[in-house]
Amino acid sequence: MADSGSGPAVLMIRGGTVIDATGERTADVLVRQGRVEAVDADLATPRGATVLEADGCVVVPGLVDLHTHLRQPGREESETVETGARAASLGGFTAVVAMPNTEPAIDSAEAVRNVLELGAKTTAEVAVAGAITVGRNGERLAPLGEMAEAGVTLFTDDGAGVQSAGLMRRAFEYAGGLGVTLAQHCEDGSLAGGGAMHEGAWSSRLGIPGMPAEAEEVMVARDIALARATRGRIHFLHLSTAGSVDLVRRAKSDGLAVTAEAAPHHFTLTDACTAGYDPVFRVNPPLRPQADVDAVKAGLADGTIDAIATDHAPHAPELKDLPFDQAPPGMLGLQTALSLALTELDMPIQRILALLSWQPAAIVRLDPAHGGGQGGPIEPGSVANLCVIDPVATWTVDPAALASRSRNSPFGGRTLRGRVRHTVFRGEPVVVDTEVQR
Amino acid sequence: MSPFPTHLLSMDDLDADGIIEVLEVADSFAEVGRRANPKVPTLRGRTVATLFFEDSTRTRMSFETAAKRMSADVLSFAAGSSSVKKGESLRDTVETIEAIGIDAVIIRHASSGVPARVAGWVDHCSVINAGDGWHQHPTQALLDLYTVRQALGGGDVGLARFEGLRVAIVGDIRHSRVARSQITAYAALGAEVTLVAPATLLPPSLEGWPVAAVGHDLDAVLATADVVSLLRVQQERGSGEFVPSLREYTAGFGLTVRRAALLRKDAVILHPGPIVRGVEIASDVAELPAALITEQVSNGVAIRMAVLFLLLGQATREGALHG
Amino acid sequence: MAERERSHTRPRGAVFVPRVQVMSADDVRRAITRMAHEIAERNRGLHHVVLIGLQTGGVSIAERLARTLAEVEGADIPVGTLDVAFYRDDIGLRPVLPEAATDISVDLTGATVVLVDDVLFTGRTIRAALNALGEYGRAQAVELAVMVDRGHRELPIRPDYVGKNLPTSRDEMVDVSDAGVSLGELVGR
Repeated sequence: MADSGSGPAVLMIRGGTVIDATGERTADVLVRQGRVEAVDADLATPRGATVLEADGCVVVPGLVDLHTHLRQPGREESETVETGARAASLGGFTAVVAMPNTEPAIDSAEAVRNVLELGAKTTAEVAVAGAITVGRNGERLAPLGEMAEAGVTLFTDDGAGVQSAGLMRRAFEYAGGLGVTLAQHCEDGSLAGGGAMHEGAWSSRLGIPGMPAEAEEVMVARDIALARATRGRIHFLHLSTAGSVDLVRRAKSDGLAVTAEAAPHHFTLTDACTAGYDPVFRVNPPLRPQADVDAVKAGLADGTIDAIATDHAPHAPELKDLPFDQAPPGMLGLQTALSLALTELDMPIQRILALLSWQPAAIVRLDPAHGGGQGGPIEPGSVANLCVIDPVATWTVDPAALASRSRNSPFGGRTLRGRVRHTVFRGEPVVVDTEVQR
Repeated sequence: MSPFPTHLLSMDDLDADGIIEVLEVADSFAEVGRRANPKVPTLRGRTVATLFFEDSTRTRMSFETAAKRMSADVLSFAAGSSSVKKGESLRDTVETIEAIGIDAVIIRHASSGVPARVAGWVDHCSVINAGDGWHQHPTQALLDLYTVRQALGGGDVGLARFEGLRVAIVGDIRHSRVARSQITAYAALGAEVTLVAPATLLPPSLEGWPVAAVGHDLDAVLATADVVSLLRVQQERGSGEFVPSLREYTAGFGLTVRRAALLRKDAVILHPGPIVRGVEIASDVAELPAALITEQVSNGVAIRMAVLFLLLGQATREGALHG
Repeated sequence: MAERERSHTRPRGAVFVPRVQVMSADDVRRAITRMAHEIAERNRGLHHVVLIGLQTGGVSIAERLARTLAEVEGADIPVGTLDVAFYRDDIGLRPVLPEAATDISVDLTGATVVLVDDVLFTGRTIRAALNALGEYGRAQAVELAVMVDRGHRELPIRPDYVGKNLPTSRDEMVDVSDAGVSLGELVGR
């Protein structure tokens, strides 16, 4: 069902450059009843149409975030599905995949439906990733089949990795039978346990317990081996080390069904940021040294990493006010991801949009029956999930002014280039002139 | 010469001149401590608070004695009391303290970086780090320097002999805030620092550390060391997990009677306390004249008086030249 | 050596620049001899007299007075040194570091203490010294000997023995040493 029911009958996006997976062209976009009706230069504006000016802008398929924490149920003081969706819309996202590490975890069809219901009334498509194991305990498989029936295509215990190789192999086999995708938060608990930042020169100097690069890499290597043995499909969440990127590069060249994402903080910040012990810089996987940041950027450039995913992880201010090693890990990301990519990645805009829109859309394979229509291409008949971006406008990040309930953005005070001007969700303009409409 | 810093969070806050200033001022306070009435009115009307999230009666008493000997009013907030429950917002506690009007707050916490965060939140208060996690314990390093300077002859003579002095720091360096402070402190005065520890008890990286050598053979170092500074195996920080057993630790790294006999005639032995007899130091060795452990403790008060004086006696730097 | 009333910057940072010499080395020597005689005359027998030099300007003057008294009167007068940094009433207004530890090895109870300083100015240093002295016993009497009295008193304090009365303006500085007394100013680096 493509009709959102809450948009104007006719919407005209005028004067921009349309970019999607098929290419780039100067064109206006006419939207009627939630679907794209025409894409062409110098379209006539129908009388009574709502007009969104896109002069100097690019008009692209709405962005798709593979990795968002919406905190509902259980941690509504930090974020709700509604506030998270609002932040997503402001960041240009028309779809987000909600991670299952809520309280309680999303490990049943009922839990999935509850979140889908909360998301149905918001300004973005909220899809749900289900847990791989019951309660994310890493002991027993969760009812993947039931959750798949409810529309879940991606499963992960994110927040933690599945520690047992034996259980993970069984998960691969079972998932293969269902045709769903498993995603892994690669972190070996026995190597990383107790750590709060990257283990290295900075952690030694600051006296903070560290998480070595190999804590991530051993699990990446393990899951590649298991994927190879079971002919399964694996998606690696938030890759952060050079070693991990190398492993994925080799796996892909071997033809394995491996995809990977990286978060913006892993290509813009290093572990040196923790020098002042500000917990806003605490995140899992942790910020790494410059050499790893460079490797992630190289991975994004050469196609080893398929998607930029925000890992938007809100934490209420009183939680982040704790000492560094007691504060929960995680950073906001929905409103800054696109601008950070445009500002910091030396790549043509079409490649950046691929990483933020149609490539993540292909990985999550959102069920058209439940909405879908994400990632473009922008052509007559497609669902109007669109984003209008001004690629040269600058703005300065003010954490207190972000739509999230929380403030934990490490980019406060930074001036970024590139800004979302409008976001259209199923034909409804949910962000107009940088302001959210509801 | 740069002015004395506003806070003392880490030995990195002091350059060699700053360190020397503390040691010289401590001489005056040591004299005060020898009087029948060991009190001066220097900090009368000022309020000093101790905020100890980790229990340590000895260090807290040393600081409180120092403050009281300078006639300051002292407030104690200790771990376990209702205002210092774990998880309660640190920020709220600090704001309460500032609202009361406190001139200096002395903080000890199990988490590295807490004093630094607090220093960022206060406007009119000086913060002294009395030990944060594995990170730093600057007044301990300063009193160690003072004790060694005393043993080297005191005054400028003692100070000059730090150049090229061979200092061995032995034990759990990885988890030790005392070690991190000592390394910076000794190196700042020109000493050559050697670390001796089991490989698992060294930090993951020594990049940028002013250390001359690192080894796992204690015997090799003892014949030439001028100062042997021993660290405790910190069971409460889980250090015991890093070595197969304490017995094996002592066999490899304990200052036993046999090892103490290898020391040079005028070498000295230091330990931040509390000592665990039979583990990092043999009972008999702790009683040797070369072991300056009790001197360290008594010097602690004078050093802390000096630090308080240098931090709080600096209220307005633009004092008139007249008086 | 510039007077004690100076800023926090240690002597390594600032330099005294003299403009005019008001006492030569001989003048200083003669003043010390005269003051020694005055002390002896006022304290017949010199019993219980203790000379206490204020750090740092008064220390060498106290020692010279003791030597002169030993030569002239044959008396062996104890000499101590006193640092008043911890007793100032303006801590935080004008931070001053102790120059050296106090060294008073005799009990002052019943003694006549002669405080010795190089320059008497506002009187606050002497007031601090009186407070500090109290820690070492209850003196019978306290007298004050200074090489230069430069005026501008802020407290009711007067010297008993003066080398030279020297009217000055507030911003001038007075430097006293064995080589003489000069007026000038302190120039920071």
